[in-house]
Amino acid sequence: MTEAPNAETFVISLLLTLLAGITLAIIRQRNMFGVVILSGIYSFLMASIMIALDAVDVAMTEASVGAGISTVILLATLYLTGSMEYPQRRSVIIPLCLSLAVGAILIWGTSGLPKFGVADAPIHKHVGPTYIQYSKDHKMPPNMVTAVLADFRGYDTLGETAVVFTAGIGVLLLLQGGWRVSSAGRKRDDEDDENEPSARSASDAANGGTSAGGTSA
Amino acid sequence: MFYLSTGVILLALLITVVRAVRGPTVFDRVLASNTIGTLAILLLASIGFLTDRPEFLDIGLTYGLLNLIGTFAVLKFFRHGDLAYDVEEKEGKAWK
Repeated sequence: MTEAPNAETFVISLLLTLLAGITLAIIRQRNMFGVVILSGIYSFLMASIMIALDAVDVAMTEASVGAGISTVILLATLYLTGSMEYPQRRSVIIPLCLSLAVGAILIWGTSGLPKFGVADAPIHKHVGPTYIQYSKDHKMPPNMVTAVLADFRGYDTLGETAVVFTAGIGVLLLLQGGWRVSSAGRKRDDEDDENEPSARSASDAANGGTSAGGTSA
Repeated sequence: MFYLSTGVILLALLITVVRAVRGPTVFDRVLASNTIGTLAILLLASIGFLTDRPEFLDIGLTYGLLNLIGTFAVLKFFRHGDLAYDVEEKEGKAWK
C-alpha cells in the first residue's frame, strides 16, 4: 500500500511534464491547424491526469468538451479565418511578467491549502458528514456526487440550466441576423474560386466547371 | 503486472508526444493525436485495475468515440477545407 501513492505521483508528474511540452509546442507553433491538433492532445493528457487523480467524471467532461467539441468548433473557426498566424512584432515582456506574477500568486495561494488527500481537511469536516448522513436517512442516490448534484443542489442546477439556456438563446438571436448574409456570400465565393486547385479533391478538380454551383439549391 | 503495463503505456505516451511536438507535417500530428487517444484509453483501463476500481472502464467507450469524431473532423477539414462540405451536393453523386 505504500507503493501506490508513489506510483500515482510518478504517473501524474510524468503526464504534467508531457503537458508542459505540449504547451510549449502550442506556443511555438505558427500553423493553426497544428495548434488545434495539439490542443486535442492536451485535452487527452489532461483527462488522463484527472483519471490518475481519481476524478473520473471531470476527466470525461474534459475529454468530451476539450478533445471532441472544441476540436470541431476550432476547425470550423479555421475555415472562416485561415490557418496561418502572422508573427507579431509586439514586445512580450509585459504579458510575460504579468503571467509570471499571476502564477506566483496562485502558487503562493496553494501554500495555505491542506495537504492533498488528507482526511481531516476542513472541507471534509464542515458539511460533508451532514450530507452523507442526510442522504442515507432519506434514501437518496447511493453515489454521493449524484446525490449532491441532483438532490442537495437541485435548485442550483435548475438555475444554472436556465442561465445557460438563456445565453444560448441570446447567442442564437445575435447570430441569426448575420448568418443569412454570410451564407449568401459564401455561395458566391464558392463559385468564384471553383477553378482553384487548392484544397480540392482530385475528383472535384476533374469534374471542373460541371459542378459549379448549379446544383446548390 | 499492472505496474509494468502502466509503465510501458507511459513510455509509449512519451514517445508519441515527442512525435507530436517535433512532427514535421500535420499528418504526423494527426496520427500522434489519434494514438494518444488510444493510449489514454489504455491508461484509463490499467489505472482502473491498478487502483482496484475497474468500474469506469465504460468511459473508455466514450474516449474511443470522441477519438473517432475528432480524427474524422480533422481529416474532413483537411480534404475539403470545410466541415460542412456536402459530397452529394457539390460533386453531384452519392456514396453508394
